[in-house]
Amino acid sequence: MMGRGLLGIEDLERSDIETILETAERMQEVGRRDVKKVPTLRGRTIVNLFFEPSTRTRTSFEIAGKRLSADVVNFTPASSSLTKHETILDTAKNLDAMAPDAVVVRHAVSGVPKRIADELGAPVINAGDGAHEHPTQALLDLLTVREEKGRIDGLTVTIIGDVAHSRVARSDIYAFRKMGAEVRLAAPPTMLPVDVESLGVKSFTSLREAIDGADVVMALRIQFERLTGALFPSVREYSATFGVDRAKLRYAKDDAIVMHPGPVNRGVELSHDLADHRPSVILDQVRNGVAIRMAVLYLLAGRRKVEREEE
Amino acid sequence: MGRILIRGGRILDPATDRDAPGDVLIEDGRIAAVENSIEAVDAEIINAEGCWVAPGLIDMHTHLREPGQEYKEDIGSGGRAAVAGGFTAVACMANTNPVNDDPSVTDYILDRARQDSPAKVYPIAAATKGLSGEVMTEMVGLVEAGAVGFSDDGKTIMDSGVQRRVLQYSRLVEAPVIVHAEDRTLVGKGVVNEGPVSTRLGLPANPSVAETVQVARDLMLAELTGAHLHVAHVSTAGAVELIRQARNRGLQVTAEATPHHLTLTDEATLGFDTNTKMAPPLRSATDVEACRRGLVDGTIDAIATDHAPHAVHEKEVEFTAAPPGVLGLETALPVVLDLVRGEHLTPLQLIRRLTANPARILGQEGGRLDTGSPADVVVIDPERSWIYDPYKGYSKSRNSPWAGQTLQGRAVATIVAGRLVYDLDRGVLAP
Amino acid sequence: MTNDSPRTNPLQPDQAQGSGTACRVVLDDLAISRALMRIAHEIVERNDDLGNLYLVGVPNGGVPLARQLAANLHDIADLDVVVGILDTTLYRDDLTSSGSRPPLRRTEMPSAVDDRVVILVDDVASTGRTIRAAMDALMDFGRPRAVQVVALVDRGHRELPIKIDYVGKNIPTKRAELVKLRASNGSYQRPLEVVVMEEGGRADE
Repeated sequence: MMGRGLLGIEDLERSDIETILETAERMQEVGRRDVKKVPTLRGRTIVNLFFEPSTRTRTSFEIAGKRLSADVVNFTPASSSLTKHETILDTAKNLDAMAPDAVVVRHAVSGVPKRIADELGAPVINAGDGAHEHPTQALLDLLTVREEKGRIDGLTVTIIGDVAHSRVARSDIYAFRKMGAEVRLAAPPTMLPVDVESLGVKSFTSLREAIDGADVVMALRIQFERLTGALFPSVREYSATFGVDRAKLRYAKDDAIVMHPGPVNRGVELSHDLADHRPSVILDQVRNGVAIRMAVLYLLAGRRKVEREEE
Repeated sequence: MGRILIRGGRILDPATDRDAPGDVLIEDGRIAAVENSIEAVDAEIINAEGCWVAPGLIDMHTHLREPGQEYKEDIGSGGRAAVAGGFTAVACMANTNPVNDDPSVTDYILDRARQDSPAKVYPIAAATKGLSGEVMTEMVGLVEAGAVGFSDDGKTIMDSGVQRRVLQYSRLVEAPVIVHAEDRTLVGKGVVNEGPVSTRLGLPANPSVAETVQVARDLMLAELTGAHLHVAHVSTAGAVELIRQARNRGLQVTAEATPHHLTLTDEATLGFDTNTKMAPPLRSATDVEACRRGLVDGTIDAIATDHAPHAVHEKEVEFTAAPPGVLGLETALPVVLDLVRGEHLTPLQLIRRLTANPARILGQEGGRLDTGSPADVVVIDPERSWIYDPYKGYSKSRNSPWAGQTLQGRAVATIVAGRLVYDLDRGVLAP
Repeated sequence: MTNDSPRTNPLQPDQAQGSGTACRVVLDDLAISRALMRIAHEIVERNDDLGNLYLVGVPNGGVPLARQLAANLHDIADLDVVVGILDTTLYRDDLTSSGSRPPLRRTEMPSAVDDRVVILVDDVASTGRTIRAAMDALMDFGRPRAVQVVALVDRGHRELPIKIDYVGKNIPTKRAELVKLRASNGSYQRPLEVVVMEEGGRADE
């Protein structure tokens, strides 16, 4: 992580990831207490700057900040600079003038958190930008897998779904690879990014082959706007070919776990049964999301931007 | 008008293939003499020692934004940026507001150029009315008003039937039809080159096939119609190869490439800087290599900047929302000098691609330093190191990927029609 | 200085100083043993209700000391005292804007603290801030009947009105000196010793 914050997994070293995971494990313990609050970030202000609405992620960051006794402010500007004629630079400078201790940014277009981080003195945490990265999601996925399996090195992780348009997939690919896992992708050809091998993964158009012997099966959420006709002919065909149910899960390892960033389209990416029962660990992912976000806020909030030597 | 003597420079004249030291004497707006050594009384002396002396550069692809978008640039500021960059003439595209699809707009542009631009301005008129890609413009009337070519640049004529008729009709005026070749339905919402970089960035991608498909179509239509097709801002290896093959078959097709497509790859976009967003986008290293080879072997005839000013507030938005395009007039020279430094081209070859070739394509005078030619001359110091600050440039806009960089090479004096309009010490000179 | 240097990377703790600096042993393993045995006797002496004791060690140094005290109390009074671990990092009053965030250590509180006599155990007491933080943390776990404090070493320089109930040894030091409990192999296993080192004294102990 640099003084600028947490913009993506791509920039992190394995040791940075280990530190975040270890810190998150300490935060998990706080989450098991009766009084789930510590005074660590008392008096600090955390701003949730969500250009793209998201109740789940925003609430998770809010709870994380409040458990650390920080003041959390939600700021939902218009989703595009074009509609309100305010440039990203203007928004960032206005925010900077109020001296927040951390800013959490989510935007529908890749690159916005980085541009804001360039202008702010406060650290910026990327809560999801376009199809680029969603680092805290990948970190909570790592934490959940480590919790279940005791390790990440040497595991086989299969990611299924619209990888081309998924920031969760990208961040997960970087994260699992940096921690020593093998990553496989399963998707129809229209949903695989061009030159995906350059990310160090193997891609399959057959779910059966991709899931063979997997330790972790991660199903991505399908956005219906993309499905109908454009990238894939129908929901029915997608769920028949790439949806995961217990029958297909038999090709994975016996103790394989099933994950999903949520919310699940039941019957599409996961069967109703798998969505609610073991071996899916979706609720653990959500719980770990708060711990990860507490860890990231603990490590970054209130720390002034480190001046880059070259400037 | 007074006499000017340019002394002691290395003369590069594409017309006579001259690359030798010498002096140039200018009188009454024309080149009066080019000799090893000239003595002249009553002449303004320009010391060109250590410098190149070349015909004034000609940019056949510029956006001057006037009429209608003068907040980004106008004919005056664009003209000043041009001469500061060593350009004595620019051809301006038609995507203004109103579009230059009517002789009255062409007249206006030329009028404003006479008043306010130190560089010569050659208007390129629209190929279709309103750039709609449907109805062709009055090419005869436009040429009479002063248009030198036709282009819907900024947009592509997607209807092949319309494109065919535009090319056919252009034979009437024997003017080039300049195409911005991108199949819109393949581009989709793409903003960066499709490849490993777009995957890493998570931005919508524009595949190189969008350009090659369209270039293939336009070449076949050019072959059918016998028109003069000129492909603007070639960016892909595929397009270069198609053009090469077409030339080998004897087609009258010409092409240009921009300084950025000859030197920058899509990796420049990795920081999400909107000043690296262009249309067509920056491409892969393989594409850049192919464009360079095309420029060297003559498949690509000319270097043209595609100078595209946009206001700061327009560029400082999320990457997908920013308008594509960057400035080019004041940085083109040092950037393309890298091709000489990298030993891809000799100085004379470079100058030809910046002067004689664009002049020939547009059917205008230029690119000659021989006696009797118009005195459009530039003195270039190829070694001069300077830091480019767009806020100190002549353009009204600031959108450049080279902002803050140290560049090597600069025009130190620019002469248009026998008059010194710019020098490094004093800047653009008052008329 | 690159972005990875300890000073600028928030994830790497400030490098420990003291290698190559002068240091003197003020308590060797035997002295520590004796002090802990004496403290165990003092605890028995001062507390009527020995059935409600709860030893809570403050990481890192307080943990092995708490465990040893529990063993001692078992030996001398046949008591099975619960031992907990309570990290105080999240309650510190000195998490500043610069420098890295200190790494968090494990907290394990196997029993509830309500109505117990909690005995906080720390290795080196100085300003009193760690004990203050430990008490704040403790209060978030419940309402102890009483809180008592053990410190193996009290080096003075108190900044808060914190009283140490049981002290192993009082050692006057200069503010700039660093006092550490350690084992020669770097862990917290026997044999232990307490050393005083020149420069780099931490003011938060």
